[in-house]
Amino acid sequence: MNAPQFKPVADHAVLVEFASEISDDVNRLVIALDHAITMAQIKGLQEVVPALVNLLVVFDPLETDHVQVEKDVRSLLPVSPDSDAQATHHTLDICYDDDFSPDLVAVAKACGMSEDAVIQAHSSARYRVGMYGFAPGYAYLAGVPEAIQVPRKTAPVRDIPAGSVMIAGPQCLATTIVMPTGWSIIGRTPAKIMTGNPDRPFLFDVGDTVSFNRIRREAL
Amino acid sequence: MSSALLRVIHAGPLVSIQDGGRGGHMRFGVSASGPMDRTSFAIANTALGQPEDATGLEVSLGGLVLECKQGSVSFAVAGGGFSVDCAGAKTTAWTVQTLHEGEKLTIRGGAWGSWTYLTFAGDLKASKWLGHTATHSMSGFGGGALRSGQDIEIESAHIRDDRMGDIPCPAFAQPDGQVRVVVGPQDQHFAPSSVATFLNTPYKLTDAFDRMGVRLNGPQLELNEALSIPSEPILRGSVQVAGDGVPTVLLADHQTTGGYPKIATVISCDLDRLSQMRAQDSVAFTAVSPEDAISIVRAAARQRRAYLDELAKPRPSLNERLLRENLIGGVISGAED
Repeated sequence: MNAPQFKPVADHAVLVEFASEISDDVNRLVIALDHAITMAQIKGLQEVVPALVNLLVVFDPLETDHVQVEKDVRSLLPVSPDSDAQATHHTLDICYDDDFSPDLVAVAKACGMSEDAVIQAHSSARYRVGMYGFAPGYAYLAGVPEAIQVPRKTAPVRDIPAGSVMIAGPQCLATTIVMPTGWSIIGRTPAKIMTGNPDRPFLFDVGDTVSFNRIRREAL
Repeated sequence: MSSALLRVIHAGPLVSIQDGGRGGHMRFGVSASGPMDRTSFAIANTALGQPEDATGLEVSLGGLVLECKQGSVSFAVAGGGFSVDCAGAKTTAWTVQTLHEGEKLTIRGGAWGSWTYLTFAGDLKASKWLGHTATHSMSGFGGGALRSGQDIEIESAHIRDDRMGDIPCPAFAQPDGQVRVVVGPQDQHFAPSSVATFLNTPYKLTDAFDRMGVRLNGPQLELNEALSIPSEPILRGSVQVAGDGVPTVLLADHQTTGGYPKIATVISCDLDRLSQMRAQDSVAFTAVSPEDAISIVRAAARQRRAYLDELAKPRPSLNERLLRENLIGGVISGAED
């Protein structure tokens, strides 16, 4: 698993893939390599995009090429899996009240649990930022307890407000912009993942850990 | 310095403020945005003596009408064969002119191309997001899409007599229906015959075409198995194939990750020409090796650099040109070797 595959992408990127199946261990290797590349001064490096099982290394083709970038990245291997001990922890407030949780009833029904039990399971779990993807600030939080894992809806629902906390399979996500989604919305957070701080515009780094703190709507 | 105030009389859909784009934030879910045709955008800025990535306007086939409410400012239009009407004088894109108080500037689609760029000699005032004015269409962050009735302010507005006239439209800014790709990175998920089909059959662009991508029309590409791969990074130029077997080329405002396999990725120097094509236009994809892709992109960069360096040189002002013509006519004629 620690010997990833390298695939050239167009004229300006290399995809480094650790496995084809998602697992916590694989993602921790991706994040460890992401950190290692970010620390190393690779010539012509433009950006690194970590995902669940692979990461994309984007380079300036006027300065380097696929062969050189692969060599530069290989020199950083093997990596030790990223551990939570070095990660920053964030606690996000969340309100599960009815109007913020349009799918809570359906999730409870699908899982054969009471709504309170779903809330209890969701708010007591510990999550890890596996990657950002899709849209600005969309951080995929791994760690939804198995008891409340539900598949995506068959058709997306439009105009889901920013700050919605939603789940699909093992992933949880707090939205940052109004978007359609097929995920189940179970709460609302006032947390700003897009911070507005130019020095640190996004709240999490990949690998950070996250938990939720239930609040009453008056505190929202 | 004076400023110029322009009123938006009409802005079609997908007319937006752009700069060179905000690279480096894909790890946070943010694609670079910036102009769909980066080459023509750089040309429109360079022709005015502006930095290549200075803030300008991307005009779609929906068109744009501006009225100058106050001040005067020189502008450039480059990209596609759009029509340009400045105070009743009709020309086409690839032009530098000056708009004066009370005059109207109308830009509409023309013989070819999907996007044109309007830049100004001065600083177009626009809100920034993550340090850039480029509009990210999915969120609306950045300078934003233009709406009829809004005003645009150009600070430090100049008149550049030394820049007036036609801009030569280089062949590398014109689509020719040929697009080069590097196969992969998920070609292993396709039946081998699908990769051959993709490369040997012309596809047509459809009107499902916006800043996020363009859906193609042509033979369906068969996946080995109905699968969804783990969500993974996407690049501008990724050709992803959804479960229906239809390829989509992702463009400037692409989502940063996705779970559909990518059969190929368009090389960066062919993306601008592809973006200038229109619905129903036919495109032929050719595979090149990663090594060849690098050589092609480097050669294209040299060609583009040489063109822009030449364009950056100010032309003599009208007075100087007249004076020179007098000198040439009066003194030098008959003396050339």
